[in-house]
Amino acid sequence: MSSSASARAAMAIHPTLPSLPIKLRTENVGMAFLREGKTLPVLEDINLEVGNGEFVCLLGPSGCGKSTLLSAMAGFLRPTSGAILIDGEIVRGADPRRIFVFQERGVFPWLTVEGNIGFGLRKLPSKERAERVNHYIQMVGLEGFGKSYPHELSGGMKQRVEVARALAVNPDVMFLDEPFGALDSITRLVMRSELLRIWQAERKTILFVTHDIDEAVQLADRVVVMSARPGRIQQVVSIDIPHPRDISSPRYLELRDGILGQIGLAHRL
Amino acid sequence: MSELSGMQKTERWLWPIFATALFLLFWRYAVIWTGTRVFPSPIEVKLGLTQLVDGGVLWRDIVDSLRRVAIGYFAAVGLGIPLGLLLGWYPSLNQIVNPVVQILRPISPIAWIPVAIILFGVGDDAAVFLVFLGAFFPIVVTCVDSVSNVPLIYRRAGSNFGLTGPQLLARVVFPAALPQILVGLRIALGIGWLVVVAGEMIAVDSGLGFLIIDSRNSGKRYDLVVGAMLLIGVIGLILDVLFRRIETIKRVRWGFRNES
Ligand SMILES: Nc1ncnc2c1ncn2[C@@H]1O[C@H](COP(=O)(O)OP(=O)(O)O)[C@@H](O)[C@H]1O
Ligand SMILES: [Mg+2]
Repeated sequence: MSSSASARAAMAIHPTLPSLPIKLRTENVGMAFLREGKTLPVLEDINLEVGNGEFVCLLGPSGCGKSTLLSAMAGFLRPTSGAILIDGEIVRGADPRRIFVFQERGVFPWLTVEGNIGFGLRKLPSKERAERVNHYIQMVGLEGFGKSYPHELSGGMKQRVEVARALAVNPDVMFLDEPFGALDSITRLVMRSELLRIWQAERKTILFVTHDIDEAVQLADRVVVMSARPGRIQQVVSIDIPHPRDISSPRYLELRDGILGQIGLAHRL
Repeated sequence: MSELSGMQKTERWLWPIFATALFLLFWRYAVIWTGTRVFPSPIEVKLGLTQLVDGGVLWRDIVDSLRRVAIGYFAAVGLGIPLGLLLGWYPSLNQIVNPVVQILRPISPIAWIPVAIILFGVGDDAAVFLVFLGAFFPIVVTCVDSVSNVPLIYRRAGSNFGLTGPQLLARVVFPAALPQILVGLRIALGIGWLVVVAGEMIAVDSGLGFLIIDSRNSGKRYDLVVGAMLLIGVIGLILDVLFRRIETIKRVRWGFRNES
């Protein structure tokens, strides 16, 4: 395989941001599904280190295994080979310290906005719970909708509910799987900047899956570019532009075009 | 559907009343035209029913039928939902039990009448048992289906927030499955009401089913037969309408959105 040399070169070392201790690390993670009697390799040789408080985007074409990788990191799936470690411990299942945000479809339709956001807080006394719920309702800008049900909300509002529900349990890590993919383009931009604002305030480690190059370059400290199936890490690009990012700056365009080139697309249609 | 719901309030009542009037008119003239001596006209039916109401029997029959349905139905709900949830939650258990359920399910409760009489004798319990049988299997089957239809995302989200086992079932899987379960409960109630009438024709000596068979046997009172039939229809409709109000409760409203 001619690609294996370049893949090996790319996976050699992916330095985390220098000052950050390592929060999550994958060691030779491979994933295969059994389908119609055949094994279908979906991920191969995923080696990645993510620093504490870092914002990492996983970028790759549809079907390359991004969701699979994220689900394995969150503990919903066991990798077929290799290991995933968080805080030095092997991930063995889902855990409230690491919350997975689904593309707005994870909001529970039978609960109100308050019920959803307070879902993970059942062990708190009710007064404290109400305070936390209110705090996060405000943080995501849903004041006045606490008693509303999800089906009465727009897609963007539901996505905010899900983000708030995740934040409310104060996790160290958040996994977001194309969270804004179903939103219209304006709402998507608003949600990106709000996510950045929240991330800067709370400094969670964020793993964010997207197939949108601009989204990745706008948000991430580092962009992990994945190849088509079986998904491998093709390249890791550090986005060394401070927030708020000027998306017409030469550096932004340079990084974006570099990734486009890496994926094999010239930036013209 | 959308056009109907968009109608003015008065129109929504007006047209059904008009249709009913038309039906009664057709009935009346069909009786006249065919010159039948057996089948009663609407007015005769009304007179017959009035007679029953005045005699105080009708209420007793209605209450008896409703009581039997209520007992049998709630027993079916109380046993069927936990069993259905359990089987839906443990697919391997379901694989073992499912063949039995699938064999028993298509047997009409009517076919159970002799067995019911052997087991419970002629009386209330036999009729209640038939209602129970009629409602129980649909409830179990819908529960199993609706649990297995709960999106993986909800289960994952629930377990992500630290829920396991019974907690996950109670706080995520059950509420997620509830709208679909309610559809099954509604159908089961309809079946219970169908079955009680059949049961009462054989196993007991009161209730609307008994009223029908008794009116025919003692004096060929077809005005009362048809009157009881209409009552059964109207009460069945009322039960269904009442049940449908549950669907407007907000906790389950989301599951019925397309029907509003
Ligand atoms: N549970 C599964 N069983 C079999 N194949 C699966 C399963 N989950 C994902 N796949 C396959 O793995 C590949 C990667 O899927 P996914 O991780 O969802 O990709 P992405 O999120 O990058 O679009 C796809 O080809 C998909 O069909
Ligand atoms: Mg995906």
